[in-house]
Amino acid sequence: MLGFLIRRIVQSVFVMLAVALIAFMMFRFMGDPVNSMVAENASTEERDAVRERLGLDQPLYVQYGRFVVRAAQGDFGLSWRNARPVSTLLAERFPATAELVLVAAGLSLLLGIPLGILTALRPRSLSTQTLQFISLVGISLPTFVTGILLILVFSVWLGWLPSFGRGTVIDIGWWSTGFLTVSGLKALILPSVMLCLFQLTLIMRLVRAEMMEVLRTDYIKFARARGLSDRSIHFRHALKNTLIPVITIFGLQLGGLIAFAIITETVFQWPGMGALFIQAVSFGDVPVMAAYLVLVSLIFVVINTTVDLLYAVLDPRLRVEGTRAAH
Amino acid sequence: MLRPLITSATLATLLASGVSAETLRYATARDVYGLDPHAVTDSFTNIFTHHIYEPLVRYDADLNIEPALATRWEMIEPNRIRFFLREGVTFHGGEALDADDVAISLMRAVDPKSPLRGNLPGLKAVEKVDDLTVDLVMEGPTPLLNNYLTNIFVLDSGWLETHGATAPIDASRGEEGHTTNNANGTGPFRLESRRPDALNVLVANETWWDTPQHNLTRIEHSPIASAATRVAALLSGEIDLIEPAPLQDAARIDAAPGVRMLENPGLRSIMMGFNMGPALNDGNVEGNPLADLRVRQAIYHAINMDLIRDRIMRGKSRVTGSLIAPEVKGFTDAMDERLPFDQDKARALLAEAGYADGFAFNLNCPNDRYVNDEGICQAMAAMLSQVGLEPRLVTEPRQIHFQKVDERKVDMFMLGWATLPMLDGFSVLSAMLATPGGEYGTFTPSGYSNPRVDELTRAVAVEIDEEKRQAMMIEALMLAKADIAWLPVHQQPLSWAASDKVEVPQAADDLVRLWYARVNP
Repeated sequence: MLGFLIRRIVQSVFVMLAVALIAFMMFRFMGDPVNSMVAENASTEERDAVRERLGLDQPLYVQYGRFVVRAAQGDFGLSWRNARPVSTLLAERFPATAELVLVAAGLSLLLGIPLGILTALRPRSLSTQTLQFISLVGISLPTFVTGILLILVFSVWLGWLPSFGRGTVIDIGWWSTGFLTVSGLKALILPSVMLCLFQLTLIMRLVRAEMMEVLRTDYIKFARARGLSDRSIHFRHALKNTLIPVITIFGLQLGGLIAFAIITETVFQWPGMGALFIQAVSFGDVPVMAAYLVLVSLIFVVINTTVDLLYAVLDPRLRVEGTRAAH
Repeated sequence: MLRPLITSATLATLLASGVSAETLRYATARDVYGLDPHAVTDSFTNIFTHHIYEPLVRYDADLNIEPALATRWEMIEPNRIRFFLREGVTFHGGEALDADDVAISLMRAVDPKSPLRGNLPGLKAVEKVDDLTVDLVMEGPTPLLNNYLTNIFVLDSGWLETHGATAPIDASRGEEGHTTNNANGTGPFRLESRRPDALNVLVANETWWDTPQHNLTRIEHSPIASAATRVAALLSGEIDLIEPAPLQDAARIDAAPGVRMLENPGLRSIMMGFNMGPALNDGNVEGNPLADLRVRQAIYHAINMDLIRDRIMRGKSRVTGSLIAPEVKGFTDAMDERLPFDQDKARALLAEAGYADGFAFNLNCPNDRYVNDEGICQAMAAMLSQVGLEPRLVTEPRQIHFQKVDERKVDMFMLGWATLPMLDGFSVLSAMLATPGGEYGTFTPSGYSNPRVDELTRAVAVEIDEEKRQAMMIEALMLAKADIAWLPVHQQPLSWAASDKVEVPQAADDLVRLWYARVNP
């Protein structure tokens, strides 16, 4: 088991190095940030001086090596755009993204599971048909369109909710939270609805499909034959087995929520990591972009590795196969 | 009918009682790059920090230079200018302004590590004469000194020392400056709080030396990157002023109650540059036809600018024959005349130059930098095809576009120039028309070189007599016009939108000066 664990972690390290390399190579084609940094009338020498100060005149492998060594220590250098450490920038933005993702994930679970159960238990009712139709629309509309529509209806027409920003936030140590103010909570509604729509639909459909599958199995039929109540069958026997794959998928989708937050944050000017990334792209701020990509990849790799390890714990056959492959 | 009456009645009451507590909520496409006025050259950041910090001299709402922290100045020698500082000016932290502050701030701005260095060229030293008098020692005569100084802000020397910020921020050593997120200036507003990319709050400086023309007590600045969201925030009343307002939403904004568009031609002149080197980058003929004046004239004649203005710019741009806007020194009416749109003439000129069948070349444009940049280039490509040319249109994000321009990997390309921050024709001469070398010709397309233009440019740089200087500038610009060194397109429109409650002057340089803004209740 220890061997498997070490192998899996070594693999993850290589994945991260590859991600860092790809991110780094990709951004070399992003163009030169020097033009955005110097004055319109700066001379060629001044441009070269800036380039040299940022280390852009060094060969690519030197730049990459430096990046990896420092990134391993949590140091992503200084943002070219505003001369602040990238790690500080990311730490500042993390609470905004975390709260948004948390609320969106919560909403998608709290609404998705009951709706999934409802539609599975009454597959032919009108409410199920309607929900299925709405979910289809929700899943096929691009999220930014949904976001703009939400703003149009709830901010411009009705004037109930703010169209941008986090509202008033309160600092607790280095964490800034919007949970403690009315305007902060109001500001959370639209972006988290937009972000959760896709997951909500996914979970609802997954729960429905799994539930209907489980309800057809023999042990449910036996349970019915034993004369158990519908309530007991649905919620004690069927739901438990339904939720195992749902939780697996949800764990994996959590990384997706963080990644998709980019679009939501852009539409709602949510001051999180995704918005930071988009601004870095428009400026060609390579340290910020690279750090963000590495961070998001790290989240994915950690989640995937944990899931794999859990499977290995649950299913010893995986370990044996792994050992054999190593011989 | 009743509403205006009620409004003016309320206004009268408020004025009578002397109450004018007004907050202006202001949104822009992006946030400032930080609050250190010597760390960035970006003009939006610069005008934002201008609300907090002040220069020795400043532009008024009509872009004329007027005294600010200096009340007057005189030339002691051609390279020694004496500035007399205003008495009784205090920083937001309570410190009094003196000559040391000016000396430290100016030298900090021109430090070799400061990106702002190029905005105040030729400053050798600042010598203190007495507490309220300083001499600026220049390398030579500097006719545009005051223009340069409008963008160099003064910080308090004691405050800089206390926070170890006397030297500019050095990105290469991983430094983060105290000045990036904190500010202590003499300006009309002081910083209350800053949350990067979320909210910057400024409050009126009650002890400002100048008489406020604004009636604001508070400015809340929110960056909103998404154009649709920015417009929605204005329409929903969460924001009072947005800049920029997307042109495609202009009709919708004008139709909505309580808000309006603010549109005027700006300073930024859009132009097309040419590769005039020995060969095309992406051609199908030997040599470089674009180096032939007749071919450039043909291209000029082939472009229907009125159509571009009416269809693509919704009638808002100012078609021009000049590389500088009328507000910029060095402009004359003669400069503004264009070669007429004439496709037959274009074909004849091409035939005369030996390209009756046309030729292929790349046409490079940014798609996220100027107003409708991509649309303009698409239209141009179609117009050039009509006279038999084969432009290969390439539109790319600005980072890539300008890198290609820098590396001369383009044949015909788009560039915009606003002559900021100096607001003078010399900016175009030195950066875009002079033969490359040293600080000259940074943006001159490879190949263009006119010895007379070079000679005039170098003379303009040191000519103190304003009349002579202007005459030389005009001569040089007219020579470049005859050579079609650049093909002028238009001055692009400024596009802001505001609530009806807000009054704010819209200067051609597209910078929002909220110290002139009024919010009517």
